[in-house]
Amino acid sequence: MRIVVNELHHTYPAGVEALRGISLVIEAGEQVAMVGQNGAGKTTLVKHFNGLLQPTQGSVHIGDWDTREHAVSQLAARVGYVFQNPDEQLFTKNVHDEVAFGPRNLGYSPERIERLVEDALALTELTDKKETNPYDLSSTWRKMVALASIISMDTPVVIFDEPTTGQDAANIARIANVVRVLRERGKTVITITHDIDFCAENFERIIALAQGRVLLDGPANDVLAEDELLATTYVDPPQLTRLGKRLGLPVTVRDEEQFLAAYREFIGTEK
Amino acid sequence: MAIVNLQDVTYKYPLTEEPAIRNIHLQVEEGEFVAIVGPNGAGKSTLCYTLSGFIPHFFKGELNGTVEIAGVETQKSSLDEWVLNVGLAFQNPFNQISGSKFTVYEEIAFGLENIGVPRGEMKARVEAAMAMTAISDLADRSPYSLSGGQQQRVALTSILVMEPKVLVLDEPTSQMDPIGTREVFQVIKEMSARGMTVILVEHKIEWIAEFADRVIALHNGEILLEGTPGEVLTSPLLPERGFGISRYTSVARTASGQGLWPGDRRLPITLQEAVDGFARDRK
Repeated sequence: MRIVVNELHHTYPAGVEALRGISLVIEAGEQVAMVGQNGAGKTTLVKHFNGLLQPTQGSVHIGDWDTREHAVSQLAARVGYVFQNPDEQLFTKNVHDEVAFGPRNLGYSPERIERLVEDALALTELTDKKETNPYDLSSTWRKMVALASIISMDTPVVIFDEPTTGQDAANIARIANVVRVLRERGKTVITITHDIDFCAENFERIIALAQGRVLLDGPANDVLAEDELLATTYVDPPQLTRLGKRLGLPVTVRDEEQFLAAYREFIGTEK
Repeated sequence: MAIVNLQDVTYKYPLTEEPAIRNIHLQVEEGEFVAIVGPNGAGKSTLCYTLSGFIPHFFKGELNGTVEIAGVETQKSSLDEWVLNVGLAFQNPFNQISGSKFTVYEEIAFGLENIGVPRGEMKARVEAAMAMTAISDLADRSPYSLSGGQQQRVALTSILVMEPKVLVLDEPTSQMDPIGTREVFQVIKEMSARGMTVILVEHKIEWIAEFADRVIALHNGEILLEGTPGEVLTSPLLPERGFGISRYTSVARTASGQGLWPGDRRLPITLQEAVDGFARDRK
């Protein structure tokens, strides 16, 4: 499902102009990471995708829907949103019910709900914890419950707000796997993140925001090459991108495989 | 002379069967900067609670062994004596904010009020601490109206203002952007340079590599490894046991297996070490 943002402005009631004219298109099935300093407008922008915020000027279309003409409850069938802090969205007495709540609200058939819940639990490695109270789980697993409760809604667009904050290596790998599976299923995945290494290793397109405007938007390697521009919105390129640049590799790299391939070629040409 | 001295410490939360930390021996010298790393569930936060006296004064359960800071044993002192020696910044700043104060300024003064610091001195200390962590402009805001990163700065400031001998920090920058993280690490480093003892739990390995004197790797409640950042953070045990490591270390390890990293060279933990190793190999 295509997302079209046209000349979007948003001014909060207190007078803060958080978005100052954003235009972009996200095609169905794209994987997009939004980066930029705190206050750049990342969360304000994506909250327009599920109708939590309405444009002050301009428009947002999710598929053929103008978000101004649809309620948040309708948009929930198209855009799923995983909050940064799982404790802001968990409230039922066991994991299974938590994950079933979204699809039930969307009015799916009981069979479809059960199938979606089982699938979301398996994908997030929670199947053996489905009878547990979410608050008896560690914060790591509560994060996975929050993911599962949105995945089970089977929306064409899924948004992850800071998915890796406070997570350890094993859980970051689980979250990366969820992103990969959703990509294979043709979902649009959008993440907001300060974790630039996670972003570089799992997302093909990066949008850098600064002061309510789009600073950079393009294929990950092209955006990450712009270290001076990124610095203006307090983004440091990934560790391996910085290493490649310091070594003088002729191409921008963003993960281990790209680094080693470029490095090997680089040594070869030097000899 | 060790300011922190833990001897064979084991602790079990109420109503649990397995200890959260066990057989911990730890000595920290005055002014040392020690980082603690480990996967979720390794016992890092429990160790922070033990150092800061919340165990056993707030969390009951079963504590064995001795926990001694500045010559005083935690079990033989009260929590209000203990807070003069040790300050803890919680992992989630929301749990730390008192809830009884309307402004950031009052929140930061709260600890000093409780120990009866005279008004003039209190004002000077609060303002100096707020300047240090760059939150002076938040003085009149409600602590609850702030972003997660700002709340973390307030939580840290409310500890720094107490001038504890030992500063215990549980992921103090988890909700901050890279620039906020850098600023806070600079503040911590400055406190350390002034002689404050720092014990820091952190997932952001790049910062530990740069600042810590010593790293302790905690796994399943026990100390798995202990040593300099270069020794601990490059150990092959870490990735095997679910620890996060720096991309510099992991790429050099892969490169080493392919003959692309000099065999006699320790794996890198910082950008500069990685540049030196890969550049040297090229010659």
